[in-house]
Amino acid sequence: MKRLFFSLGVILIGTFSLLPFLWFVLTSWKDPTEITAIPPQIIPSFHWGFYRSALDKYGLLGYIRNSAVVAGAATLISIAIGSLAAYALSRFHFSWSRLYLMLLLCVSMFPQIAIAGPVWRILNHLGWLNTYHGIVAAYISLSLPLAIWILTTFFKELPYEIEEAALVDGCTPLQALWKVVFPLAAPGIFTASILVFIHAWNEFFFALLILTYPGLQTLPVGIALFPGEYTMPWGEIAAASTIATLPLIFLTLVFQRRIVRGLSAGAVKG
Amino acid sequence: MLQEISFEVADGEFCVLLGPSGCGKSTLLRLVAGLEEAASGSILIGGGRVDHLPPRERDVAFVFQNYALYPHMSVFENLAFSLRLRGLPREEIGSRVSEAARLLEIENLLSRKPQELSGGQRQRVAVGRAIVRRPKIFLFDEPLSNLDASLRAAMRVELARLHDKLGATILYVTHDQAEAMTLADKIVVLKQGEIQQIGSPSAIYHEPVNTFVATFVGSPKMNLIEGRVDDKGTILHSGGLSVDLSKVLSGRRSEYAGKSMTVGVRPEDLHPGGPGGAWVAGEVEIVEDLGSDRFVHLRCGNLELIARMPAGVPLKRGQTLNLAAEGNRLQLFYQGRRITGK
Repeated sequence: MKRLFFSLGVILIGTFSLLPFLWFVLTSWKDPTEITAIPPQIIPSFHWGFYRSALDKYGLLGYIRNSAVVAGAATLISIAIGSLAAYALSRFHFSWSRLYLMLLLCVSMFPQIAIAGPVWRILNHLGWLNTYHGIVAAYISLSLPLAIWILTTFFKELPYEIEEAALVDGCTPLQALWKVVFPLAAPGIFTASILVFIHAWNEFFFALLILTYPGLQTLPVGIALFPGEYTMPWGEIAAASTIATLPLIFLTLVFQRRIVRGLSAGAVKG
Repeated sequence: MLQEISFEVADGEFCVLLGPSGCGKSTLLRLVAGLEEAASGSILIGGGRVDHLPPRERDVAFVFQNYALYPHMSVFENLAFSLRLRGLPREEIGSRVSEAARLLEIENLLSRKPQELSGGQRQRVAVGRAIVRRPKIFLFDEPLSNLDASLRAAMRVELARLHDKLGATILYVTHDQAEAMTLADKIVVLKQGEIQQIGSPSAIYHEPVNTFVATFVGSPKMNLIEGRVDDKGTILHSGGLSVDLSKVLSGRRSEYAGKSMTVGVRPEDLHPGGPGGAWVAGEVEIVEDLGSDRFVHLRCGNLELIARMPAGVPLKRGQTLNLAAEGNRLQLFYQGRRITGK
């Protein structure tokens, strides 16, 4: 009986969480009449016209390209800087490292709207508004604390004797880092990369603020600007949202175990 | 913290650093390897000073307590890693790895990863990683402590054979005095960062310089009887026990008459004595029968003694047992330090 209630609970919560996603996927396959039908039509007729329209008329590919460039660059740079910072924090016993990590955590909890003004002013002063490097810099500042936190925990799990063995075997400290530490920390680096990428791919607020030129806008902003003055292209919005979600679903499904492991690393001694 | 440490390891010698946990033996080993930095002093390897050099330039090989194998590399790659860093030709790398693998009987494991190996196999790979380097000195940090008892005993023999074959200079850290006694040419006994004694296993065992060495080396440990020497300097009284010191303190009776002293006697030097020849009578509390050896724990008033008994002596709990020891088998300690009676 307990198992039955548990299963029912899981189904209910799963359905509640997935329902919005399921609804817009189904909407993307409906034809124009099915979208506005009363009573609402659940099963679509698998009409692909909205996908064609989203790609041809609304420039979806351009938004996808921008999102890929911005999220990819932010991920690469955040992980490169974050992994070195995390290594230093985990290996060099600074008296202030714990305080530093706490400060990082606090900073990452700032509401984006609270720092939007200063970030805009800095980027404007630098002439980096409406540029890839401007938005990437903003994303790095947002995702670096998360990357450092995850990677510090991973590096702490690696036995230091393995690095010492590498030093005795003939490595310089940098060689030991490159040939031994980073390959062993690959699961953590991978996990942090996925989480940073997902965050950057989904980010809306700073992209809206910093990228006002249509040719540079990312997917979340582009889709939000689909509606015209008098039209609400639900079909195209649903199709574009489905396409936007696909990479993230793929990444999360394929690497779900690593993501969980990455987030729970260090929680239990093993 | 290490205090005023100074010792030498001769070429081809198997030197063991022995001591309880926290005595500084691993720290000392790591200083030699360059993994720790000394506040003062110098370290010389092959006549050349190395304390300013990083680990990779000291020509030492280190075998860690938990092996520290590279998990992402196969056994072959683990063995070849240091040789590749030094830019050796592929043929020579292959040859050295094969030679080490043959010596350690791990040829069939070369393609495996460390996670697929047993503890004993990992230990051999860790030793192999050191052998291929052909270093000036091998440093072993309690390499057998993670193995079970039977494997540890087998690996001890393997290490001794390896030392004979290679003629290598070895500095070996252990807290296990049986390991030290069986492997070492020379033992350095440490306590709280200070050297207590340096000597051969036999010297350490039979002529310990103080009560710490006397009780740390030897299993079961040496019996220590604290008491007071009589005015004539011939008998030591301890509670109801009287120990005849006339043979062992013959030349220095007047010097130690009336003074507090400790008498040490090893369990194997206590033997059943007749009513006239016995100098202690105790009640049997526990009998440890280990098959090849029997150890009896006796209570003599406030004193607890351990004696090794031959197989034929009947023993049961509560029984009174008379024990004697030859006078020349007694060790004398004054204020913790060993003295000779002559």
